[in-house]
Amino acid sequence: MDLLRFITCGSVDDGKSTLIGRLLYDSDSVSLDVLATLEKRRHAGGAVDLALLTDGLKAEREQGITIDVAHKYFTTPRRKFIITDAPGHVQYTRNMVTGASNADLAIVLVDARQGIIEQTRRHTLIASLLGIQHFVLAVNKMDLVSHEEAVFNQIVEDYHAVAEQLKLASVVAIPLSALNGDNVVRRSRQLGWYEGPSLLEHLEQVPVPADANPNEPRFQVQYVIRPQTEELHDYRGYAGRIQSGTYRPGDRVRVWPSGLETEIEAIEINEREVAAATAPQAVVLRLRDDVDVSRGDTIVPVNAHPAVTREVEATLCWMDERPLKAGRKLLVQHHTAVVKASVTAIVYKTNVATFESVGTDAAQLNDIVRVQLKTAGPLVVDDYRQNRATGAFILVDEQTGATLAAGLIEGTERDYFTPPVLAEASFSI
Amino acid sequence: MAQLEPSFLRPMNTITLDYLDRLEAEAIHILREVAGQFERPALLFSGGKDSIALTRLAEKAFRPGRFPFPLVHIDTGHNFEEIIDFRDSLAASLGEQLIVRQVADTIRERGLHEPGGKYPSRNPLQTYTLLDVIEEFGFDACIGGARRDEEKARAKERIFSVRDEFGQWDPRRQRPELWNIYNGRIQKGENVRVFPISNWTELDVWNYIQRENIQLPDIYFAHERRCVVLPSGQLLGLSEHLNLDDTDEIVSRRVRFRTVGDSTCTAAVESDAESVDDIIQDLLLAKVSERGATRLDDNLSETGMEDRKRNGYF
Repeated sequence: MDLLRFITCGSVDDGKSTLIGRLLYDSDSVSLDVLATLEKRRHAGGAVDLALLTDGLKAEREQGITIDVAHKYFTTPRRKFIITDAPGHVQYTRNMVTGASNADLAIVLVDARQGIIEQTRRHTLIASLLGIQHFVLAVNKMDLVSHEEAVFNQIVEDYHAVAEQLKLASVVAIPLSALNGDNVVRRSRQLGWYEGPSLLEHLEQVPVPADANPNEPRFQVQYVIRPQTEELHDYRGYAGRIQSGTYRPGDRVRVWPSGLETEIEAIEINEREVAAATAPQAVVLRLRDDVDVSRGDTIVPVNAHPAVTREVEATLCWMDERPLKAGRKLLVQHHTAVVKASVTAIVYKTNVATFESVGTDAAQLNDIVRVQLKTAGPLVVDDYRQNRATGAFILVDEQTGATLAAGLIEGTERDYFTPPVLAEASFSI
Repeated sequence: MAQLEPSFLRPMNTITLDYLDRLEAEAIHILREVAGQFERPALLFSGGKDSIALTRLAEKAFRPGRFPFPLVHIDTGHNFEEIIDFRDSLAASLGEQLIVRQVADTIRERGLHEPGGKYPSRNPLQTYTLLDVIEEFGFDACIGGARRDEEKARAKERIFSVRDEFGQWDPRRQRPELWNIYNGRIQKGENVRVFPISNWTELDVWNYIQRENIQLPDIYFAHERRCVVLPSGQLLGLSEHLNLDDTDEIVSRRVRFRTVGDSTCTAAVESDAESVDDIIQDLLLAKVSERGATRLDDNLSETGMEDRKRNGYF
């Protein structure tokens, strides 16, 4: 069985939490005791509030809004799903970014009475920026517009303009009512003019995106296993997760950023040697030669060309209350590699409503900005659009440890060259 | 040395990973991030199936090396005997260090109030012992087997969850957790709780136990047990820690445990499931959630878990 991770986004009161509640409820994924808790809170004479299934915090239930990302799980005979329910409030946009970073598909919820609003555009922009391939435009509350086809068609047309501007690869529009369950799990008679799949039918059919970039193997070292026992005296295993592509014993590889060349002697999973391993498997690589390798280093085939650079251009989703200004020193955490860096320039800011670039000298909370960074040591990266795994990084405050921004590497092919081979492998006996 | 595994010899580019492979890879990756980022991590081991599954994942992450952390058990003194025996033999067979700290000692040393009532639960008091053991050994990261599907407050928690020096969780100030990049940088006094199987469901854990042939304590499987019938209809296994009286109805039933915690607050469920296969079949048909079926402490209030986590609970 495969696994689809999706995020629900849209403005506050568009009914995201109710939609997820409905998906869980109608697919028989809610247990009796949890239903009993809902019943206790049923409004007098009303329906149970399905949003309470996801709003897990006291403050959320009190205010009737979603503050933080909630994760829900359900399985149908066809597929296993991980749902990320992201908050709709503008002030919690960073949590939406968090949810989108791990999603394969985005459900963009729109209130049929309101149509496409700024928050729809903002969330679609963020989801597309973070590399989500599949979009569902879920036009909710169709019951409140008398199930009118014309209303739905107008919204689809409006969204089409957004999709074109952002070059979205795949958008499927579905009219529904989360409150009544129309077209969520089962197709609705109320919306008989709609001939497409229900939301769940679509989620079960949509292809799960393959690995980040199957043609470009990438592996970053997390941890060096050295048992140092008598029996395994010389054993050195480089533990990590394959970020993209496939590795095999015998592959000629280079260790970056040193550039040293060697060969994969063996790949181990669970203490057994395997003939091949592929993303996202967690493996141990053993190398033919005793080259210097430590946490944060990248091991790729000799013919692969990640950018090895101390200067990167990147898009940031700024997540800190304190604004970012050029000159700020911070840490870049590129998966297991951490280096000091400074922001040399803020190139522009993206207007999230119009998608236009505008000049700015500071990034405020929730801003999306293009920046230039200079790092103290070399990073081994790819363009985010080429490789969602190795093109991603976060910025961290050196003093407090706070996560300040999500970063996406941009334009590596255009701006950078892979440096020539630096040295031959050094052997120590 | 490692042996070549013939079953894995597949043609090029046809390695297919199912969802369990993906969850496993994610958990191993998280465990190795703990090893790579922290000076003094620990694995909180309860003797329950989730923490037993964690030890298997740790073997996969770090063998042929040693675990880069000890196993730490906070013993309420109200545990089922079978669990304690199992804990000791598992630690011995893994050849890893086991640190045990008693809640009873914390109660004495700190002059805490011993819970009373018919079903005295030391569950909330574990927090004190946990904070003490963190301080005693200077642990900067504690790995736990909590899962987001267990409870709605847990559903909101990060995989790397930063706690202040009092162990408190502030749900409104959580760090954004982007992609699979885990930020474990902390200030002095803070520590991080890490949940490698956050994205697993109860059924996933059982499917994994089946696939990996993981051994579990016997109390997970159907057995005859003398139980007291609670007013809610739930069954609580008889133990010396309960303060029963004449009005209590004692029955003998065929039961198993879905979770194991303090024997005074973990109910048994009636079941004939004798094997992992049977349990998986049971779960596929189950209509009541894991904690709802078995945990008395969560049912106390709707925010039971959130309140305890805010105060430093696991």
